[in-house]
Formats: sequence, structure tokens, C-alpha cells
Amino acid sequence: MNYNGTSNRHTITALVEDKPGVLNRVTSMFRRRGFNIASLAVGHSEIPNLSRMTFVVEGDDRVVDQVTKHLHKLIDVIKVSDISGDNAVTRELALIRVKANVQSRSEIMQIVDLFRANIIDVSPETLIVEVVGDEDKIDALQNLLKSFGIQEVMRTGSVAMSRGMDSAFDTNGSRNAKAVKPVIMETGSV
Amino acid sequence: MKMNGGQMVCASLIREGVDVIFGLPGGAILPLYQALPEFPELKHILVRHEQGAAHAADGYARVKGRPGVAWATSGPGATNLVTGIATAHMDSVPIVVITGQVGRAAIGTDAFQECDITGITLPITKHNYLVMTAEEIPRVIKEAFHIASTGRPGPVLVDIPKDVFTEVGEFVYPEEIDLPGYKPNLDPHMGQVKRAAQLISEAERPVILAGHGIILSKAYDELLELAEKAQIPVVTTLLGVSGFPTSHVLYSGWPGMHGMAYASLTIEESDLIIALGMRFDDRITGNTATFATGSKKIHVDVDPSEIGKNVQVDVPIVGDVKRVLTALNKQVKPATHVDWVNHVHQLRRDHPLMGSDNGKMEMRYIINEIAEATNGDAIIVTGVGQHQMWAAQYYPFNQPCSLISSCGSGAMGYEVPGAMGAQVAAPDRVVWSIAGDGGFQMTMVELATLVENNIPVKFAIMNNNCLGMVRQWQDFFYEKSHVATVYSGNPDFVKLADAYGILGIRVTDKNDVRAAVDKAMEHDGPVIIDFVVEQDDNVYPMIPAGMAVDHLIEEPRPARQEVRG
Ligand SMILES: Cc1ncc(C[n+]2csc(CCOP(=O)(O)OP(=O)(O)O)c2C)c(N)n1
Repeated sequence: MNYNGTSNRHTITALVEDKPGVLNRVTSMFRRRGFNIASLAVGHSEIPNLSRMTFVVEGDDRVVDQVTKHLHKLIDVIKVSDISGDNAVTRELALIRVKANVQSRSEIMQIVDLFRANIIDVSPETLIVEVVGDEDKIDALQNLLKSFGIQEVMRTGSVAMSRGMDSAFDTNGSRNAKAVKPVIMETGSV
Repeated sequence: MKMNGGQMVCASLIREGVDVIFGLPGGAILPLYQALPEFPELKHILVRHEQGAAHAADGYARVKGRPGVAWATSGPGATNLVTGIATAHMDSVPIVVITGQVGRAAIGTDAFQECDITGITLPITKHNYLVMTAEEIPRVIKEAFHIASTGRPGPVLVDIPKDVFTEVGEFVYPEEIDLPGYKPNLDPHMGQVKRAAQLISEAERPVILAGHGIILSKAYDELLELAEKAQIPVVTTLLGVSGFPTSHVLYSGWPGMHGMAYASLTIEESDLIIALGMRFDDRITGNTATFATGSKKIHVDVDPSEIGKNVQVDVPIVGDVKRVLTALNKQVKPATHVDWVNHVHQLRRDHPLMGSDNGKMEMRYIINEIAEATNGDAIIVTGVGQHQMWAAQYYPFNQPCSLISSCGSGAMGYEVPGAMGAQVAAPDRVVWSIAGDGGFQMTMVELATLVENNIPVKFAIMNNNCLGMVRQWQDFFYEKSHVATVYSGNPDFVKLADAYGILGIRVTDKNDVRAAVDKAMEHDGPVIIDFVVEQDDNVYPMIPAGMAVDHLIEEPRPARQEVRG
């Protein structure tokens, strides 16, 4: 058994039917079972009429195991993958409106450059910074900009994808795998 | 063929083999009702309250092993179904529920009798639909029956706006089902089956804990084979009662809060639990941290999310329990476990269920009399409370699938419409409803439905003039402070029966019990017997909520004698 009982973050993606109410079904399930979503992003997938959701979920292995199984159980959810770990890339986009006057503007621009972020709007008193990266990078930039005075932050939530094709938990669209995978996760036979 | 939406619903139900619908009309569903006369294959039973329709569909489904159907109008009609839908959901019972909805253009405007029934039932259905065009109806109904009845069964709700019932379209019943997100995993992983067989061969004190899954997948023979081949004692959950012959030497009762002490002890003392189609409900485990810590666990369930939900297991197997057992039985080696089986029999002798010899009207005495009069062959439907526990403890349940009870939800009021549905599903069987005077009064409006349709359920009202089980909790845990549990104005149930044109009998003396039961059995039609029983009788044994077997409270011994070894 690989339940380690420690709380951590997991990135889970789900391929779902693009139908009215699906988001509601998913979030209702999280609410009812008391699972915590740190972030959620939804958008169209490469397949017509199917969307892809990325969840960042907080909890120990047992919780995450239950989250994936309960997601699988929803009829409108077609495929679920736990892509936590090194074999996945995650990215989030954030827009940060920060106070900027003539003195501070160049200092902010230096920081923005360091983070390979962009300034996408300039007004006499503020700048809007656009940054893409993993959560930690965005947190770090946000921290640095705090001292200038942040007026507004808009973050998309992470989206994620496994590298290559050999994610340990990729269900590969196989129907049987849908139910068998979580079991194998549990017994640690992978 | 061209049809309107209402006709399409009826035609689709017929394709799914439906013969009876429990329902009550209203504005939004009226166009569907007006199509009914064209489909004489569909018998409609007009209930008096929609909760009755949902419970009746549930009782029907449990007995028939096929989805039951209930329908109702929008708004209050739909919300009245909710208790019944939740009950079916908790006990994995396949029902298909159809609700009328306000017209499409009015949705979202808080129109008269609009309510978001798909939103309301989201967490208590296996799936639900809002149908926005008539031509979707055949596909949705087909999917609804498929989802309700396969994998882990459960309720599916289909909400249909009024103007979709009248919309005309081409009726095409799909041959295939295309649900890429729904493929129940029925066949077990063979590696897991081998590991389970290995654990079984290593175990010295194995026990089978068999749940509702055995009954739902009709795995009776396979369960019997496993138990006999490896000589493993069998304990069932409350919903699993009658999944294994109760007279079998390997049967060891049902455990948990009010289960037999010997069943709870068998589990506690085992070194391997083979859990089949059950979900480690808290009424069985008590505190999961202290539940059966000395045993390894094999957990078979068709629903992967049940595995690891409440207790951690050593060998999980996802699959239909019948198929899993078929595979497992080939791998399991014959064994005897003589000492262990003898020990389990000793536990039963040391901790028997007790009977009463004090001349008083006690519920278990009445249940024993009903058991004798029916040869243990009746279908027993119960409400929720003390009478439910005693019925489950004392009735022999000789026939498979013969205890019909709201176990997961614990919905009082199930005893009247649930029994109605059970009797409709099995017109040739004897159906006894063991009712509480509390629960009976929640749904006794359906007596009129029983009379109208000549549904001959026999009611044994266990009239203790109180909400007995709650009164018991007050006795045990709240210094006998009987707040809001004792009735002072119960109706005269015999006069009530009379008002409905039903045979009513009152019994106040122990010596008259059997005669009344016999008379009810001979009577052609529904019967109500008002058994006026002791108010202060308590159900034993009892393990207080959240505790382990070491907190088991057994019945005080003196003045009691054993009734069943
Ligand atoms: C709908 C509903 N409301 C409340 C309860 C809580 N409850 C559990 S048992 C019980 C008492 C049931 O009384 P009765 O039907 O007379 O049966 P008895 O316990 O006396 O046999 C109550 C109120 C419940 N289970 N269901």
C-alpha cells in the first residue's frame, strides 16, 4: 500500500462531455465529498464535443485516489489521469495590475523581464503584467510585485499535460483501465 | 414513425419491458398522461402522494430485479419524489424517475411550479437528464434504463418540459448505447483474483461478509459454493440478509449496531474478511480505526470508488460479484477450518438472540408468529426503527431477496409504499409489511391506492405508541428523557382500516396473535393488524454509534430464554 498519509498537491486532468451542467456535476461531487480543489481550469480539447479539465487537488494519497475514482464514476467523465510528478508540465497564466509611477515603472519592468513576463497595458498609474508559468513562478512574481501595490490579480488556474506518452497513470482511453487503474494505484503494483 | 414526446416516452418504456408505472399527474406532465390510453401495456397505479410512487418503484425494483418506474409533475410533484430517490440511491436500487418540467421558454424564469429537479437530485441520482427535444427521448430513456440497471444500480431521473411532450418528431429507438464515459468494469483482474485465493488459502479464521451486491447480481449459488468449498462462515449485511440461506450451518447472522452479537464477534475474531458487494457502512464498522484490526481484507465491489473509501483493504477486486466469485471459486482450494467453524458455532451458543417468556406483547414474539404462519417464505417489508431490527433478527427469510427495507437511508414511511411495490412485483407471493406506528402514519395515504388496485399487502403495525427507536436512544444516552417521542393521539387503526374498506384487527393479548395472523393470511385483500405492543422494550444487542464490538451491550439475561440457537 502506498498511502503515505501526507498531504500534498496532485494534478488531475479529466476529459469530459461538453454538455450543459457538466461543470456543475463535477464541482457538486467535490463539494459533497468534501474534497478540496486548489484550482480548476476548463477548456475545449482536441476532440470535438469534449472538454478537458485540470484540477489541482489537495490531500493525501487516499483522498486523491478517492477523487479520481469519484470523477470516473460520473457518467459524463470519459477519462481521468493523475499526472502529478516530474513527468508532467503545468502552466498557469496570470494578469496582475500593479501600481506604477514614473519612479517605480522601470524597476517593475526589470522584474518583469527577469520572469519573462510581459507588460500588456500601461496607464499613468498602473501596469498590467501578463505572466505564464507554473504556480510557484507566478507566486514568486506576485510576491515581488506586492511592495509596489497590487490592485488586482486574475489567475487562470493550472493546466497540465504529461510529457511524451508514458504517464504512469494515463488511462490511455482504455475502458477497462478506467476502473482498474485506481485499484492498481492502491495496491502499489505499478 | 411520427409521435409526440409523450407517446415517445410510453413507446420507449414498452421497449424497456416496463409493465407498471407509479405516478400522479399535474399540469407539466399532463400531455404524457393523455398519451397513456394508447399504450394499454402500461399499467398506471395512481398514488396518493409522490413519495409513495418513488418508494413503490423502489420496492418493485428490489423484488423484480428490474428497474421500477415512477413519474410526477414539476415543482412539488418532483420534490415529493426526493425521499424515495435518495432511498434508492443509498441502497443501489435501479429506478427510473420521469418528471414533467415547465415549458422550455419558461425554464429559469421561476415560472409556476418550476423547480430545478435535476439540480436538486444531482447528488442523489446515479445520473440525470433534462431533455430539450422530443427526438432525444428514445435515446435518453434507453440510456436511463441502462445506467440504472447495470454496474452498481441506482436511480436515474429524466426531466421533460411540458412542450417537449407535445412536440412531434420521428420515433427512432436506438439499437446501441453510446456512453463513452460509462463502461462498468464487470470482469475481475485475474491477478487480483489469484491474490485473493492465496489470502484465502493462508487464512485460519476467514469470514465472508456478503452485502446487497450478492442479491443485486443474483450470485446466490456462487456465494454458497465459495462458503462450502472452503468452509467459510458467512455473515451478511442488513441489505445482504437472504443472500445466503439463513438455515445453513455456515450462516452466522448479520453484524453491526443492532446485529447479532455472534455476527459482530465472528468478524472481530476473524483473520480474513472477504467482503462481497458491500461498502463497510458505519452501522457495521462503528469506528473504522478499531474495526476488525486483526484481519486482512479482500474487498469485491463493482464500484471502484467504494474501494478504500471507508476501510483500507489488502486485495481489492473491482467487478461484478457474480463474475468475481465464478473466477475465484475456480482458484480457491477446498479447506475445512474445523476449529474456526466450531468456534463460530460456540459464539452463537454463547451469545444467542433472546426471546420473551414474560407473557407480554413483544414485537419479536409477533414476528416469530408471522414466521411460523408463513413458513418463513414471505417477503418482509419494513419501516425503520425497532420493528425493522427485530424483523431482520427474528424472521427466517427462507427465500432469497425477501427482506425489503430502507437500510442506507433509513426512511421511515417505506413500509406502506415499499410493500405496495413489492406486492405488485410479486403478485403471487405473500407480502407482510412489518410497520412502525410512526412510519406507517407517514405514508398510510397509500392505503387507498392498495384498495383501488386490490394489492393484498398484510400490515402488522407494531404499535408501541411511540417513536420506539428514538425512545430507546433517549433511554440509553439521554437519561430516559422522552422528548417528543411518545404519542398521545394515535388514530384507531382498526377504524382507519374500516374507513378504507380494509379488514382491520386489533390484538392486545399474546394469545390472540397467531389467530389474527392466520385470519389475515386467509383474507383476500389488504389487512391491517394493530398489534398493541410494549412501549418500553429495547432492541439488543446494541453497539453505540462510533464504537467497536468491545462496547457491545447485550440483553440482560434473567427472565429470557433462547428462541433460536
Ligand atoms: C423520515 C424519518 N424521520 C425520522 C427518522 C428518525 N427515526 C429513526 S427510527 C425512528 C422511530 C420510528 O418509529 P416507528 O416507526 O414507530 O418504529 P419503532 O421504532 O417504534 O419500531 C425515527 C423517528 C427516520 N429514520 N426517518
